Amino acid sequence: MTRSRLLPYALIAPSTIFLLLLFVLPLAQTIGLAFTGNDGASLENFRKMVGDINFGVSIRNTFLLVLAVIPLQIAFALAMAMMLQKLTSGRDIVLWIWTIPLGVSDLAAGLVWLAILQDRGYLNSALYALGVIEGPVNWLSIENPGTMFLGIVLAEIWRATAIVLVILVAGVQLIPKEYAEAAEIFGADAWTRFRKITLPLLKPSLQSALILRTVLAFEVFAVVYAIGGRNFPVLVGEAYAWQSENQNYGVAAAYAILVMLISLGATVCYLVALRVKPETQP
Amino acid sequence: MKGLRRAVYLSGVVAICAWVLVPIYFIALGAFGGRTGVFRWPKSIWPMDSTLAAMQTFLAIEGVGKAALNSVIAAALCMFLSILLGAPAGYALARYSFKGQNLYRLLIILTRAFPLAILALPLTVTFIRIGLYDTPYGVALIHTALALPFAALVSSSLFMGIPREFEEAAWVFGCTRLQAFLKIVLPLALPGMAAAAIFAFVISWNEVFAASILTVREKTLTAYLLTVLRESPLHYRFAGGFILIVPSIVFIFAVRKYLFAMWGIANR
Repeated sequence: MTRSRLLPYALIAPSTIFLLLLFVLPLAQTIGLAFTGNDGASLENFRKMVGDINFGVSIRNTFLLVLAVIPLQIAFALAMAMMLQKLTSGRDIVLWIWTIPLGVSDLAAGLVWLAILQDRGYLNSALYALGVIEGPVNWLSIENPGTMFLGIVLAEIWRATAIVLVILVAGVQLIPKEYAEAAEIFGADAWTRFRKITLPLLKPSLQSALILRTVLAFEVFAVVYAIGGRNFPVLVGEAYAWQSENQNYGVAAAYAILVMLISLGATVCYLVALRVKPETQP
Repeated sequence: MKGLRRAVYLSGVVAICAWVLVPIYFIALGAFGGRTGVFRWPKSIWPMDSTLAAMQTFLAIEGVGKAALNSVIAAALCMFLSILLGAPAGYALARYSFKGQNLYRLLIILTRAFPLAILALPLTVTFIRIGLYDTPYGVALIHTALALPFAALVSSSLFMGIPREFEEAAWVFGCTRLQAFLKIVLPLALPGMAAAAIFAFVISWNEVFAASILTVREKTLTAYLLTVLRESPLHYRFAGGFILIVPSIVFIFAVRKYLFAMWGIANR
């Protein structure tokens, strides 16, 4: 009998060893790197990071992006999930189209929107045809930080709403139809049913969508790089620059730790704010 | 009134389809338009300058072919490793209850909560030391750390969906545990596993940050595009972006049936 008791451990052993080597160990090493200066343990890297000219800007930009993108994405994905509910025919093909961005890399998404937003791009051509502008306008230059920000927001919404949609649709499918039917019999209109039944029962899905998206949004990097280059500094972009251009692993690690702490903080907030009592779940 | 509402609703559905597809169409025009296409003003929404030549010149640039090959190697290896390591763990999670199970689940979920930067930075140092730096194999390893938790959770939910009784019946008829698994469970789980494997491929194919800092000459396609981004002319960037997107569209189509089952359970 001992053989079959050991079997599950044998089955998880390879992946556990792998994750220890490629996840836990690097994690510890990054913390080590960040807290090691030229002569032993110090906060030197963090001081350098905070003193960096791009530090404040990159924090501000990253937070602005997260705050602008995530609420819009959640609202948009909720609306899309509800629309899918009603769709009777062609659901399969619509689903496929709506989830295509799920497979598109952030770099490619940035390039897609560059094709639209560049000065001789499709947006300007449309505005020109409508008589709004007289010639090519450079929306993505450093002189137009507002429109550059909007462009990045658009690209992020285009790319990453699909993942929220998928999580929410999976959640909606778990809600028993009887609840809504019962409510309908008692005269609740569609909006009330959405607010009183769908939304509360969707809480666990909303929570995982929020956590996943927020963690990934704080890592935003390639979309920004494709559209704005270094003109729009973000935290992970700074980590990349310190590592690959300045060859300073310590400061890069300090940036990575900062991103990690912010992500963990956001995750804890969501877990507390959206706490679900087990007995209220179907 | 009802017909009007229906029309508004359907046009909403169509509008969102267009919101997804039209930008992809535009980058395709950019990719095949070449230099003249990029500078045309104002732009036409019809293919005016399309030639295969533009795409051919891009593919002929030194480094592009090699980068694409590196991407494929890294992604294929990542796919293979994450299933090889993840599927047994998924089976253990689905069929056995054992001490430390929750700890293992926690380890898996934690990997998704940490930024990739935190893993990739020290691995540069380690990989230089052991000779994995600047190879697609090193990139594949770190991408596996990303895709493995996903593969484990997905395969666990797949195995849970296959009744234990099927296996027990096979034991009764004299199959060993392994035979029962190979003859009964595996064929049933295979389509879902294929979907999970494709997902691992896509995760690796699309990843930029780790691939960029772990390679210098042997860049993957994303890393290559990131480094040439500022110097290369626009139509090359669009060609690169378009090549990145095409496999994704095909892959999402291949796994569309499993998308919701996978994410629904993987996120609970």
